[in-house]
Amino acid sequence: MEFHGPSTVDEAVSLLAADEDARCLAGGATLVAMMNADLVMPSALVSLRHIESLRGISADDGGGLRIGAMTTHREVAGAAGLGGAHALISETARAIGHPAIRNMGTIGGSIGHGDPQADYPGALVALDAAVELRGADGARAVPAQDFFVDYLETALRPGELIAAVTLPASPAGGFGAYEKFARVEGDYATVSVAAVVAMEGETCGYVRVALGSCGPTPVRAEDAEARLAGTALGDEDIADAAAILRDACDPVDDVRGSGEYRMMLVEPLLGRALRAAAAKGGAR
Amino acid sequence: MSEAIPISLKVNGRTHRLFVRPWHTLLQVLREQISLTGSKRGCNQGVCGACSVMIDGAVVRGCLTLAADAADREIVTVEGLAEGGALSPVQQALLDHGAVQCGFCMPGMAVAATALLADKPSPTEDEIRDGLSGNLCRCSGYVKVIEAVRSASAGGAS
Repeated sequence: MEFHGPSTVDEAVSLLAADEDARCLAGGATLVAMMNADLVMPSALVSLRHIESLRGISADDGGGLRIGAMTTHREVAGAAGLGGAHALISETARAIGHPAIRNMGTIGGSIGHGDPQADYPGALVALDAAVELRGADGARAVPAQDFFVDYLETALRPGELIAAVTLPASPAGGFGAYEKFARVEGDYATVSVAAVVAMEGETCGYVRVALGSCGPTPVRAEDAEARLAGTALGDEDIADAAAILRDACDPVDDVRGSGEYRMMLVEPLLGRALRAAAAKGGAR
Repeated sequence: MSEAIPISLKVNGRTHRLFVRPWHTLLQVLREQISLTGSKRGCNQGVCGACSVMIDGAVVRGCLTLAADAADREIVTVEGLAEGGALSPVQQALLDHGAVQCGFCMPGMAVAATALLADKPSPTEDEIRDGLSGNLCRCSGYVKVIEAVRSASAGGAS
């Protein structure tokens, strides 16, 4: 096994192009755990630690946000001045693991693993984020919803690395909320719900929702959002939307809960997430 | 088998020049090459916290950090907490409160608590619990650990 510590993205990309079995090392929180368990043993590691352009959070002129792939969960959790729905990404980062994991883990490393039980994937889909990829042929952006392809599988192609996550401008009057149900603090979610809501008075003007731990990728159902839009987010509206979402789910039975139990969690967590997001905008 | 990589590790203020394999964890190198056996190998999966060390002031998992990736950064292990032969305030408080049972988790607890108090000198009980939430004690002796950390904090009566 080789170990590389490039200082530019171009250098990292050419190292990846030269060796198909090379893997990027971000914070190590997942990759090194898998190496310790003998589950993966890449032919080379390309540490992204020294690439400054992959770090940090910046706003663009259009009200969007760019989060470098090597930005740690702690940095995202503590990011100051994120307005409207963008604050959802900080709220989500605060729910990840424990202090040591938040100090180590990065947003790029987390989504690159493609684990539907992780916290970021659902939040990124709810925020309509895109993932910025860099390869030998240049850069491309993939919507978060298409980035997560299957269980532990992403749209990342051989030779590419994740450079950043970009969030579009927050919808007018929009706020987000992340509801996570876990066995204990710091565990992966049994079910999580990320929601972005913009209320127009008593009526829901914009809504986008994604579920975590309910299938091989974050679960989103446009029909459920259509059912909620234009309503006051009443109990019946939420029950109907939850039923549509449950039809789109394909949950597994595992140590964190049976599929049946997970499906029982969808409606209450959806209700909490929608109402918490709406309340941030002053509704109710 | 690939070439061993020459690195320099700064541990508790001392620089060690070593050869490591790319997959060697910091925990492994601390214990087996530098003979600092305070950091423990519990799960080796980042779950238990017994291997906690600080890098550049932040608590991290020694078992999930590759030694090659920790080169030239400031590492502090439990052995680096005491100064001039005297236990640190956190270590002394853990001792005074009878927080140590079998002791296996203690190095990680002491490091995590030290990092917590450096960040938040007067944490609330919730903040202490959150700060130590990544450190498991299989004797389940959490109450005395929390009392000890509170007493070692700026707001704590000792």
